[in-house]
Amino acid sequence: MALIETRDLGRTYELDAGRVVALDRVSLDIEEGDFVAVMGPSGSGKSTFMNLIGCLDRPTHGHYRLAGTAVESLDANGLARLRNSEIGFVFQQFNLLPRVDALNNVALPMIYAGTDRRTRQERALQALGRVGLAERAHHRPMQLSGGQQQRVAIARALVNNPSLLLADEPTGALDSRTAAEILSLFQELNREGVTIVLVTHDADVGRHARRLVRFKDGRVIEDLRQTPLDARDLVAAETAA
Amino acid sequence: MRLIEAIRSALSAILANALRSLLTMLGIVIGVAAVIAMVAIGSGARNLVDQQIRSLGANLVIVTPGNVTQGGARLGAGAASTLTDEDAEAIRNEIDGVVAAAPFVQGGAQVVAGGSNWGTRIYGVDLDWFSAREWDVATGRTFDPEEIRRGDIAVILGQTVARNLFGDEDPVDQIVRVRNVPFRVIGVMAPKGQSAFGQDQDDVIFVPLDAGRRRVIGRNYAKDGSVGSIFVKFANEEDIETGIESMTSLLRQRHRILGEQEDDFSIRNLTEIANTASASANTLSMLLAAVAAVSLLVGGIGIMNIMLVSVTERTREIGLRLAVGARPRDILSQFLIEATTLSTIGGALGVGLGAGAAYLVAQLAGWPSLVSTNAILLAVGFSALVGIFFGFYPAQRAARLDPIEALRRE
Repeated sequence: MALIETRDLGRTYELDAGRVVALDRVSLDIEEGDFVAVMGPSGSGKSTFMNLIGCLDRPTHGHYRLAGTAVESLDANGLARLRNSEIGFVFQQFNLLPRVDALNNVALPMIYAGTDRRTRQERALQALGRVGLAERAHHRPMQLSGGQQQRVAIARALVNNPSLLLADEPTGALDSRTAAEILSLFQELNREGVTIVLVTHDADVGRHARRLVRFKDGRVIEDLRQTPLDARDLVAAETAA
Repeated sequence: MRLIEAIRSALSAILANALRSLLTMLGIVIGVAAVIAMVAIGSGARNLVDQQIRSLGANLVIVTPGNVTQGGARLGAGAASTLTDEDAEAIRNEIDGVVAAAPFVQGGAQVVAGGSNWGTRIYGVDLDWFSAREWDVATGRTFDPEEIRRGDIAVILGQTVARNLFGDEDPVDQIVRVRNVPFRVIGVMAPKGQSAFGQDQDDVIFVPLDAGRRRVIGRNYAKDGSVGSIFVKFANEEDIETGIESMTSLLRQRHRILGEQEDDFSIRNLTEIANTASASANTLSMLLAAVAAVSLLVGGIGIMNIMLVSVTERTREIGLRLAVGARPRDILSQFLIEATTLSTIGGALGVGLGAGAAYLVAQLAGWPSLVSTNAILLAVGFSALVGIFFGFYPAQRAARLDPIEALRRE
């Protein structure tokens, strides 16, 4: 069973101008441990697809199972719980809380999981260590560079050990050098077994994923396996090159 | 999220915009301070009125001569001298529950002692006066029954008169002259303070009833043994109503007033007047508190306004929290707790300010002021409620945000 299974997944919007089909019957499976890049021009439906598999939105038709859970049947609270435990989000603009330090930003998802304070601190520090920022735990976002802020955001996404890491243009706000660092961090995490789905405009980022899915007009127009799922060393070799 | 943590995070959000939070709280601070101060001052005023009225004497009824018609002209109340010593005597002996019936006459007089003089009120009284008014001498003694019976020229001074004529000297056994009659001072009354109507009750002197009638007040009292008024004191408040009825029929009988004819006297229940006065003081303080409560309402609207601004400003934060797994009710309670924390802190500051203001007014006006624990609890509780009530709408707006929309917002 795949981690993500969509069957005829569709999303239409009722606007004043009429009905807009944002996503048109997409059936796609994503296996655990994969690293999928989603590309496509704006309005192609890739963002809608991300929102749906991120459990931020509900489909207007079709089915979606995430780690065995039928998402379309959940209410707002059920979606929240699933987002909390199964999904980690990374955004283009980092979306860190400006008033609290890195550690507490990372700890945020655990508050809603009901984790006690001490465990939160420990695990947040651990997650920061994983992205190489343990010594910046008590810096506020303002005191960190863009790349560091994105690392904090990635630590936050990882802290509840989700089965899926969803990244929306994670390198879009970074210079190319930092972007490359962040990209290799994603690859490293993927080698450790984290499933990653990443939306990007950047063809270079797309090339580094194991699998590339292109959207256009709400449909999948290309689905390319670039690196075999089990060939972890190959990805590593490619990164080094 | 546990409550303590929620409050801690609310506090940090409030502190992040310290000036704005303070200004927002100001409405609640002023509202609560106004409620606390008004209730304190109001109940202080009520206590003052109570105290003054009680100083008149408890369970007291006053009988005054009524109006009389002379040749078609109706003269006002008290114009006639229809009450007599014997009326008082009869009331004392025949009415149930009466513990004292004190006939008295009053007038004004200039009192001279050595080189100084002082204009004051003079009362001709008998022994019942002192028990009816629950008032005793501070130094010296009261009249003895013989002095009263003979109408001796002895006088008891009120505190104000004693102070004005003799300063720090002891007036007892000194001589004062009233209308050229030398009176020996036998005592000085205990201080009584202001009456409910603002009179200085200590600006007074007392002489035996007959001495007053014959030697100083004059008028026509001396002729027929009539008196100005009669204070009647009952043992219990419950006796007063029936007592007034039987006094009325007794006096009508004694004055030979038949069937339809009007009374030539009137009886007023001073306890009732006291109750009315204290009730109106009560109403006043309720009214003040109500006006103050309106300002609390305005403060609440201020909180609602700033919370709406805060929700708009923090839309992305809300979107992020939703994305990482906050349920709508987590967002709701976060903003509700923030609003409530804001208003409760405002309430606490307001209590301090209000208590301070009440204390200051009490010091300046010489009023007793009471900041009651009830008023404090009520004010703080009410301000918390204001926070919940006015925080609810903004919090609900936050909780209903669509996470995708919220994350996209700049």
